[in-house]
Amino acid sequence: MYISFSNSPQPPADAGAPPPAPAPAPRGVRTVSSTVVALGVVSMLTDISSESVAAILPLYITGVLGLSTIAFGFIDGLYQGVSAVVRIAGGYASDRYDRPKWVAFVGYALAAAARIGLLFASGFAAITAVITADRIGKGIRTAPRDALITAASDPEILGRSFGVHRTLDNIGAAIGPLIAFIILLVVPDGFHIVFVASLAFALIGVLILGLVVPNIRSRAHDEKTVTDAAPPAAPARTKFDWAAVTTGPMRRVLAAAGILGLLTIGDGFIYLVLQSRGDFAAQWFPLLYVGTNVAFLAFAIPLGRLSDRVGRARVFVFGHVSLLAAYLIAATPIPDIAATILCLALLGGFYASTDGVLAALAAQLTPPEARGTGIAAAQTVVALTRFVAATGFGLLWYLLGPESSMLIVAGLLAIAIPLVALLLRPYLSVTRPLVATAGPGAPEVSDP
Amino acid sequence: MNDRVKWLVVAGVSAVALGATAVVGVVAWQQYRVRLDAPSAAAMTAPEEWASGDRIVFRNTALGEGYGLVASVPLDAPAGPRALTGIACDRVDAVADEFSCLRTERGIAPSYSASLYANDGTAIVTWPLSGVPSRARLSADGTRIATTSFVTGHSYATIGFSTETMIHDDAGDDFGNLEEWTLLFNGTPSAPIDRNFWGVTFIDDTSFYATAGFANSGQTYLVRGDVPTRTLTAVAEDVECPSLSPDGTRIAFKRVTAGSGPTVHWTPAIMDLATGEVVTLPESRSIDDQIEWLDDTTILYGMPRADDSGDTDVWALGADGSGAPRILIEHAWSPSVVRP
Repeated sequence: MYISFSNSPQPPADAGAPPPAPAPAPRGVRTVSSTVVALGVVSMLTDISSESVAAILPLYITGVLGLSTIAFGFIDGLYQGVSAVVRIAGGYASDRYDRPKWVAFVGYALAAAARIGLLFASGFAAITAVITADRIGKGIRTAPRDALITAASDPEILGRSFGVHRTLDNIGAAIGPLIAFIILLVVPDGFHIVFVASLAFALIGVLILGLVVPNIRSRAHDEKTVTDAAPPAAPARTKFDWAAVTTGPMRRVLAAAGILGLLTIGDGFIYLVLQSRGDFAAQWFPLLYVGTNVAFLAFAIPLGRLSDRVGRARVFVFGHVSLLAAYLIAATPIPDIAATILCLALLGGFYASTDGVLAALAAQLTPPEARGTGIAAAQTVVALTRFVAATGFGLLWYLLGPESSMLIVAGLLAIAIPLVALLLRPYLSVTRPLVATAGPGAPEVSDP
Repeated sequence: MNDRVKWLVVAGVSAVALGATAVVGVVAWQQYRVRLDAPSAAAMTAPEEWASGDRIVFRNTALGEGYGLVASVPLDAPAGPRALTGIACDRVDAVADEFSCLRTERGIAPSYSASLYANDGTAIVTWPLSGVPSRARLSADGTRIATTSFVTGHSYATIGFSTETMIHDDAGDDFGNLEEWTLLFNGTPSAPIDRNFWGVTFIDDTSFYATAGFANSGQTYLVRGDVPTRTLTAVAEDVECPSLSPDGTRIAFKRVTAGSGPTVHWTPAIMDLATGEVVTLPESRSIDDQIEWLDDTTILYGMPRADDSGDTDVWALGADGSGAPRILIEHAWSPSVVRP
């Protein structure tokens, strides 16, 4: 994998014209845009910031503040809803004003600002406010950032670009807790050091986004490279149309993501099944999600590249086979350690083949002026249906027990995967943008 | 600004931000060393005597040497010098010959465990916990150990909390998570998916009271548990973290008196088991602890100090609603009254 740090400007992906011919790269390997790498670094720093605090939060709340955390669980569901709403709003704002960078910037800056508050007012209310701000910020920034990645990438290697971004993102998610626990290992009551470190990483991330990431726009403009200083008035602005998201290929993608999302019960339940089986998973329970994270980051680039070659929809749909395998392994009586490690690897593979790939797929199937909303819509559908799935599975769990309910969901998923593949058949192997000209009514270009 | 200048700015700000973090870290480390080597804020006595006579066993939270270790004071001199063991626990509950201990084991990644110790400090049995320790109770004969921990990491990269309450025997075998037990409301089995259980208080080695809570409604119930049949029966509403009085006639608990979710305010209250009558006690602060009975007329609970993070005091309050809260043991947490 080549990651270029060179700052040669990548022409913005311009769907008003045919995709620009990719610049020849050494030995036939095309490099990922420096903007994508910069966005990955921003995400990495932000994840270090948020995950370092998240990792120590249970210890801090119970050990230092001496509070119960039961109340915490009550508001968790609420945040999920808030996050979904602001996510759509973030995507829409990014399209409406055609400034994905600055909408994303608001999201990142909000999370950084919350950490300043954490330094001065430590208490349960402050922690709650920080988590809320962090999630709202995450909701706002995700879709515009993914739109920015799309705009900065050569459409041919969009999957790879998202893979690089998600890898960097997850490196941050793995480093964050590590930094936090090392700090606490050296200074056992040094929670405020973690907060200061978290703020430092968040600030650096926001700064890199603000200064280094170019203000690429999704839509066609007369000027090919729009800089920060460019006048905001864009001539001949294409009007945003919801139909671009709710009709045509995107409707099928949303339906597919929704159906599969309804059968994605959340790794929490898989961890619980593993934990109930033996001591290995129980002992490592608080860290199982880190294992999934590491697998995710290891697979993100290879699977992103694969999606460029064989089609993003294909990788997205068949990535669920990895999830299916994880369900089956969790439900089959095989030794504790082997089952745990296999499940984590499979879950990582599942996230790697669905998270960035879905964003790439949505980006590829929406016109530039609706890209932020399209990506946000796909991600929101996934988030909401997974939430429903987790709730429903909880019910099943108590009615039938963990193993049987796991096998039932696995059975349903085994049926759903081929059906969804059929639903998405026209787009399964498509690796280029379908939309040749801006506007929802544009004729589609079939796969060459 | 050209690219070179931009990256220079980023590098400069990064150096300042990370440098400031390093300075904060070094200062905190030095302060920590000073505190660690400082004489304890509480007076100490010889440790051999720590488990003799009527006593209160607790976690010592006096900053300085011995922070976090299990300690005891004589029942008749709770404000006097304390005897320290060498065992660190987050929550402790003791009977005559042994004590249960829930702890967070620090490391590159923290892990959590529960142990049953003999009074001489020998670990009889240890098992891992899935999350941060919250409540610990031993049955009077020392054969049943109840633990409540907060289970974290349930969902991918998010923070959600739910509790896991389990009962183990003194060989380390368990009776399963209470969420797997049969829950009865008016004799009818019920299994809401958002149920959580916490705060066990033993009646004897086969029965106990605990809290059943529902995450969505915030409603809590007092349930009576039966170990052999693995059954929980709801007996009263709005009772959280129960604690059975020594004479077995009343339940001391924390009752939600204001707010909800993060702004919840808990007030200590007493319920008469025969009549169901509830008296809320005169404590204006919110308490978050499982109450312990000093005797049949007085309750104990821990309260964090506002000024010193990590330091707490054990407070005493009349169970009949008379009198005001007073500090019984300074720099202490998780009290357990032992009368051999």
